[in-house]
Amino acid sequence: MSTYTEKIREIAQRLLKECRVEMVIGFRKGSVPMMNEPCFVRKPEEVDALVWDSNCGINLANYLTNRKEKIGIVAKGCDSRNIVNHILENKIKREQLVIIGVPCQGMIDKRKIVAMAQGEVLEVTESDGQVHVKTAAGDQTFDKKDVLQQNCSVCVHRNPVISDEMVADPVEEQKDVDPYADVAALEAMTTDERWAFFDDLLAPCIRCYACRNACPLCYCPTCFVDEAKPQWVGKSQDPIDVRTFHLLRAYHCAGRCTDCGACERACPMGINMRLLTKKLNKDCLDLYGWEAGLSLDSRPALDVYKPNDTNDSIL
Amino acid sequence: MKVIKIEKSQWSPGLEKLRGAFRLIGPVKEKTWHDFQELAAGQMPDLAFQNTRLSPKSLVFPQSEIMLDYSLDKKDPDCNIPKMAEKDYSPRAVIGIRPCDAKALALVKMNFDTDEYQDPYWLNLYNATTFVGLACDAPCSTCFCTSTGCGPYHEEGLDVLLAEREDHFVAKVLTDKGARLMDSAGWSTALPDAAVLDQAKSAAEGKIVSKIETDGLAAADTMALHGADFWEDISFACINCGTCTFSCPTCWCFDIQDETYGKKGVRMRNWDSCMFPIFTVHTTGHNPRDTKLARLRQRFMHKLKYFVDKYDKGIMCVGCGRCVRQCPVNIDIRNISKLMNNLASEARCAVQGS
Repeated sequence: MSTYTEKIREIAQRLLKECRVEMVIGFRKGSVPMMNEPCFVRKPEEVDALVWDSNCGINLANYLTNRKEKIGIVAKGCDSRNIVNHILENKIKREQLVIIGVPCQGMIDKRKIVAMAQGEVLEVTESDGQVHVKTAAGDQTFDKKDVLQQNCSVCVHRNPVISDEMVADPVEEQKDVDPYADVAALEAMTTDERWAFFDDLLAPCIRCYACRNACPLCYCPTCFVDEAKPQWVGKSQDPIDVRTFHLLRAYHCAGRCTDCGACERACPMGINMRLLTKKLNKDCLDLYGWEAGLSLDSRPALDVYKPNDTNDSIL
Repeated sequence: MKVIKIEKSQWSPGLEKLRGAFRLIGPVKEKTWHDFQELAAGQMPDLAFQNTRLSPKSLVFPQSEIMLDYSLDKKDPDCNIPKMAEKDYSPRAVIGIRPCDAKALALVKMNFDTDEYQDPYWLNLYNATTFVGLACDAPCSTCFCTSTGCGPYHEEGLDVLLAEREDHFVAKVLTDKGARLMDSAGWSTALPDAAVLDQAKSAAEGKIVSKIETDGLAAADTMALHGADFWEDISFACINCGTCTFSCPTCWCFDIQDETYGKKGVRMRNWDSCMFPIFTVHTTGHNPRDTKLARLRQRFMHKLKYFVDKYDKGIMCVGCGRCVRQCPVNIDIRNISKLMNNLASEARCAVQGS
């Protein structure tokens, strides 16, 4: 992936030198294994801070909301789809952006690596589809495909859907994957089983709101959980309030979620709350043939009314 | 202070004896990480962990805690009169708390136990608890406790310090409370060579690879730090979630809420976070810390400058590294303390005119 890094720096430097943008938003090398930090660069001589590897899972579209500058932004497939969302929802203007597209080969799941590694993970490097993990107990090597984030392992939109510059030729999209196998498994459960499943899934939640805040879709000036008049949701650890937060958050993402995985990745408790949004993604696909953020030319499914719309989505 | 040897064969029988006088709390593996929980009958603390996911601060400062309850029933003579909620403050023992987390509670105590105010909820739980610490012989790569006035064998805030060895524990009894616990458990074999702990302490401290410098913070000019130009760069990635504050053993902020149901109500407090935009919103709608830069700056200025100035007890951080490991966007307090400390030295020199 180091060629990606070189190309990102080259493009960023050119854009800044030519005054086409005021800043470039990308990632810089993290201070701990498997973490990179979203950052901005304003001067051509600072572009060497920018990096790209399999630890760029945070969705950078989140950093565009309501910005006024002309911005160069590094965008993998899902980031680009959220940029489309942002443009459609008037959170940024297309003409403000120079999109540096990154054909994505998937992000690695740090929790999987930690679980598979013997001892504390001290350093993680990658080469030729392999991930090398150094721990206090020794070295281990994994195939990258075995340690991908779950959403990346079933992603069918790895290439940016819009871009002004590309750091490499498009990668081949995955064909033989079933993005919704996990949702189908949930749908096959009885109501009681599903209730118990989600109870267990959400039990560790500490309401830090990392999932909400890592999500480019969550930009409301005041989130419903933070409203005081009226107060829609209690603020304690009462399981009913915790579930209410997660369910309503998911519904606010209906027809908008790109399954970028930033929410699950950000969660300090390792909760896969993506299952909620994915069910809605599947419903949008089944009912309206809609996948979010693929084109600037069509309005989101829940944003338009057509006389022949299905009625099956009405609860 | 007495140093006692506990054979591993005497460990669980001793803990069982303790149950007569104490409720036992210890680390338990939940899904993929450890957290502190009350131990059920026969359940042993699982000491095979580096550090727990969340700090054990919730043992004395629960994330949601009912303070008062009241009746809204007009026929009730006590209608609308809040009363202190009934709680179980019977003696309990926390087995296996790490020295950094125990020191954190001692730091937090400065806030909840002042000459002017004593927080009954926090203090009742704290005072009901005997803290049996577990020394760190294999610290994490992100631990920087030795830079914060703490360390893997630090004793502050503990009643007993345990060090685990292959077939036994070495227990250093630090307080009368600790001595009573050891008596209750029937652990009394004095260890002739207590120096073994000093050697282990040095060895463990040698394994701390992460360090920060804080020597310039106290003398630094507050406004120079506040106005430093690095905050925009550092705060850019921040998503203003509560991960750092909620996982932090020294963050103590809370929000008070009333909840009513039918004719009953409670007044509770819940953890709050200075990272949340609504933390500082006034009733007028004005928010004095209305940008993420201002919020992030507040968190680090509080920990590394305001606290230092107010208490003269060092920084409000014990170097547990939880925020470093868990921040979803890799904001690293070690990096920020470096920037602040470096600027602090420059700012101080400027004041001195040198």
